[in-house]
Amino acid sequence: MNISGKVENRDSLRYENRKFIIIGTVVVVIIVFIIRLFVLQIMDSNYKVWADNNAFLGKTIYPSRGIIYDRYGKLLVYNQPAYDVMMIMREVQPFDTLDFCNILHITKEQFDKRIVDIKNRKLNPGYSSYTPQVFMNQLSAEECGVLQEKLYKFPGFYIQHRTVREYTYPNAGLLLGNVGEVNSEDIRKDDYYVMGDYSGRAGIERSYEKYLRGEKGVEILLRDAHGRIKGRYENGQHDVAPVSGKNLTLSIDMELQVYGEQLMANKLGGIVMIEPETGEVLCLVSSPTFDPEMLVGRKRGKNFAKLSKDPLKPLFNRPIMATYPPGSTFKPTQGLIFLQEGVITPETRYTCAHGYTYRGGKPACHGHPSPLNLEGALSTSCNSFFPWGLHDMLDSRKRYPSIQEAFDVWKNYMVSMGYGYKLGLDLPGEKRGYIPNSTIYDKIYNGHWNSSTIISIAIGQGEILATPLQICNLAATIANGGYFVTPHVVKEIEDTPLDTLYTKRRYTMVEPKYYEYIASGMRGAVVGSPFGATCRGANLPDIEVCGKTGTAENPHGKDHSIFMGFAPYKNAKVAIAVFVENAGFGATYAVPIGRLMLEKYLKREIPESDKPLEEMIMNTKILPSMYYLGAAEK
Amino acid sequence: MNYRKKEIWKSVDWVTIFLYLVLILYGWITIAGASFDFGDVGLFDLSGRPGSQLLWMGLSLGLIFVILMLERSFFDIFAYWMYGLLILLLIATIFLAPDVKGSRSWLDLGFMRLQPAEFAKFTTALALAKLMSSYAFSLSKTRDFLKALFIIFLPMVCIILEKETGSALVYLSFFLVLFREGMSGYYLLAGICAVIFFVSEMKFAEVVVGITPLGKLLVEIMILVISLFLFQTKIKSRKVLYIIWATVFGTFGIAGIVSCFIPVDFSWVSLGLLAFFVLYIIGLSVQQWVGKYLLIGAFTVISVGYLFSVDYVFNDILEPHQQVRIKVSLGLKDDPTGAGYNVNQSKIAIGSGGLWGKGFLNGTQTKLKYVPEQDTDFIFCTVGEEQGFVGSVLLLLLYGAFIIRLIVLSERQKDVFGRVYGYSVVSIFFFHLFINIGMVTGLTPVIGIPLPFFSYGGSSLWGFTILLFIFLRLDASRKDR
Repeated sequence: MNISGKVENRDSLRYENRKFIIIGTVVVVIIVFIIRLFVLQIMDSNYKVWADNNAFLGKTIYPSRGIIYDRYGKLLVYNQPAYDVMMIMREVQPFDTLDFCNILHITKEQFDKRIVDIKNRKLNPGYSSYTPQVFMNQLSAEECGVLQEKLYKFPGFYIQHRTVREYTYPNAGLLLGNVGEVNSEDIRKDDYYVMGDYSGRAGIERSYEKYLRGEKGVEILLRDAHGRIKGRYENGQHDVAPVSGKNLTLSIDMELQVYGEQLMANKLGGIVMIEPETGEVLCLVSSPTFDPEMLVGRKRGKNFAKLSKDPLKPLFNRPIMATYPPGSTFKPTQGLIFLQEGVITPETRYTCAHGYTYRGGKPACHGHPSPLNLEGALSTSCNSFFPWGLHDMLDSRKRYPSIQEAFDVWKNYMVSMGYGYKLGLDLPGEKRGYIPNSTIYDKIYNGHWNSSTIISIAIGQGEILATPLQICNLAATIANGGYFVTPHVVKEIEDTPLDTLYTKRRYTMVEPKYYEYIASGMRGAVVGSPFGATCRGANLPDIEVCGKTGTAENPHGKDHSIFMGFAPYKNAKVAIAVFVENAGFGATYAVPIGRLMLEKYLKREIPESDKPLEEMIMNTKILPSMYYLGAAEK
Repeated sequence: MNYRKKEIWKSVDWVTIFLYLVLILYGWITIAGASFDFGDVGLFDLSGRPGSQLLWMGLSLGLIFVILMLERSFFDIFAYWMYGLLILLLIATIFLAPDVKGSRSWLDLGFMRLQPAEFAKFTTALALAKLMSSYAFSLSKTRDFLKALFIIFLPMVCIILEKETGSALVYLSFFLVLFREGMSGYYLLAGICAVIFFVSEMKFAEVVVGITPLGKLLVEIMILVISLFLFQTKIKSRKVLYIIWATVFGTFGIAGIVSCFIPVDFSWVSLGLLAFFVLYIIGLSVQQWVGKYLLIGAFTVISVGYLFSVDYVFNDILEPHQQVRIKVSLGLKDDPTGAGYNVNQSKIAIGSGGLWGKGFLNGTQTKLKYVPEQDTDFIFCTVGEEQGFVGSVLLLLLYGAFIIRLIVLSERQKDVFGRVYGYSVVSIFFFHLFINIGMVTGLTPVIGIPLPFFSYGGSSLWGFTILLFIFLRLDASRKDR
């Protein structure tokens, strides 16, 4: 035993150093594992995401969309329950497709196409086979009931409660706008949206989308390896409750809006009314109009196509998108510029001999006493006075060294009055109109031009274009005596202050004192002056109305009939602009419509004496003959 | 006698016992976490897994007591007997065991199921210890070496026949014991080379640069470099070495230039160099009439032969599921829903744990059964997910301390029997740790073996407890001799 012991010891000594190799190996392996764990657990954050995708089924809880009221608290837009059919691709198992299609009234082809679309990551960037995707949206309660009964046959499909918009009035379709499914562009721009979500597509629904939509909530459910729901994650501690959208109170007077639409029935054009002091838009009538209900639910697509093909362009929001030559309603702006520039004084008189005497009677005018001052020229809407003024401003080299400089000063006045650029209304699609500058004329006339070349702009013709909103804003500015507040249709956002753009006054480059002469001239146009009156039709017995007619020549046919005004004369409560396309003289249609609208707003009802006028207007059709043809075909 | 039995509590290694207790307790907590389900029975209910694991643990304490009370000589005297008995049991199992998921390794005793393979580890360790401590045993004697190999391979073959390849591979860990006891390091080197060559060839098998198969070229260059370094240790003449290295680089340089004009398969170039090298060695041996270079030549030839048979072995000898597992672990195949599902899910579970983990019973991946076998072979996922990086590293450090403590104990044995047995214990634990953690973290192929003290199961807990405490019993009386 002893001998062998010695041998053993010698052997073991010989290889004893190998224990270090073995210990070293163990240590290295453990260090490698620690590094590996460090990489997996600390450095690579993907695993957490994958784990969450595995285990958590985030069920979106949709907030209710903000409700919309008019300025007197009348309910305009609210929500109704609807049902979406959702699917989770990963959970779908073979099922009777034909039965499924029959229940939903779709064809097998539509079914297949929808599946392909859902899986297409270009159309649907947020696609995941683990998350619920919208298969079909906005089923009615009846349609949904049938599916609900048979839902057990279709694993992977389920029903999600949603809401659809519901409208109290069949009016103001363009103003209120509508809600529709988001497209891939929206999803790309704003990661709030996933395919199948809804967002405001037009009107207020679109411009106030961020307030109306609220915030989605999420209920976190635990899902096991077989896709079974095992309950809520940590008793819903991590769930996020949805935040309801904010309610809006509009500045719109819905009763006035409805009345305006009735008056404008079978005519093309628009009515804008603004509360001058606040810039609140009281009505924004576009004619023809449509029932907003048409663009709700699954009939939306079909109706939208129908509306966009209609030759009367009901989807064209005329009061803010149509740009017309403003005609005589432009004259007050000219008077203001001339006064401020010292071209004229309130007493300056110009001659008129059935037209602009400097250019041999062009533009032409009607018969009235001559010479006449600014107030008189406004009251009788003289076509000579303002060209004279423009001539004195642009062609006199005492004031400005070149016509270019003089003209750009003129242009800057126009811009300060809200022309040539978007006013900033809180609705999508507002147009800027058109005010030329000297560069444009240099280009057109090769640098050789004077006031005579461009004289028609002095009476609101020529290159000048303005939206009815801009015209109405001018009336509001005159009513305010020199400032305006950016027009807006939303008066209040629940719990949120209004953008300061809609609360602060914007002064024009013309001093307030000069506005008095304009208002007085416009008052004269309504009640009559020594030089005549063009706007007597707007004269109300108990309210001092100021007004200005316009008759805009245009290449599309008969002249547009325009009325611009405000009332009462002192402390005006309302400014108005009425446009009736191709209706001839301003006094013919625009003035009576304006009269009725003013009465409706200020008195809340139309006096007996004006009932025949109301009936006559409502029954008048002024549509170009080609439209009748189009209508007859339907 | 009585004196000694009291003495055992003083001489037994309490450090190891402490680590053992901490590990099984940590293990139990993990099993409780892994098998917990919503609306499950209580943790201590015997019908649930945590409850029954607690029962196994209690019974283990009884086993420990019995083992510590046994005489040291008992293990020496009955080593071969126990070994023989277990071999018979293993063979019987092949025929008696029911088919469970393709393997026939579980014996149904009615009240419980046993896996004899778990117990064959300590009997094999005892038999090997007995053999190697026998008079005048030396691994340098071929006869003795073959005897040792026989003891190791016999249970291994039985277990392979039971279709438990994973458990069988554990027996390879005995080579670490043989290495400690004087087996030439070249065997381990050869083993490591075999693995590296295999992995390189498989990993780059489909990569072809120009007309050169990259896998072949890489392995051939490795063989060439290893051969040359081995040769370098045997030869003294610097001049010869310079010439050889110059030849190698020169040949590749020329091949590189030629490849600009006509496509060259570099794997044939390196093969040519290898052939040239072997011929040179043979020539040198004949010239100087010494055999010392021949071994190097043999290494070169066998390596090349191995390289060219890898494809055949892989495609024609390995089972399809084994091929897939190897491919997945080499990153050749990404199959998160199929064969790679386990590893992918286990990486997700571990990776989602973060620094501090999700907390006890809060792991979503393990609770919701995303990781299969999560309370047995993939138990580490629960540690990774619920205890995070901190808990996982703690486990590894505990294990590291445990294994290194066992190495220290093995080294302090005064006789070969104790040391060989001790190193067997070390090697078996180390191999389990290496393969198990390696597979769940995606570093090694999926080989279904448990993580000792953590994976659920009575057989495995008992097997490892017996394995460990026989060594502690031997260690406790090391001074008696």
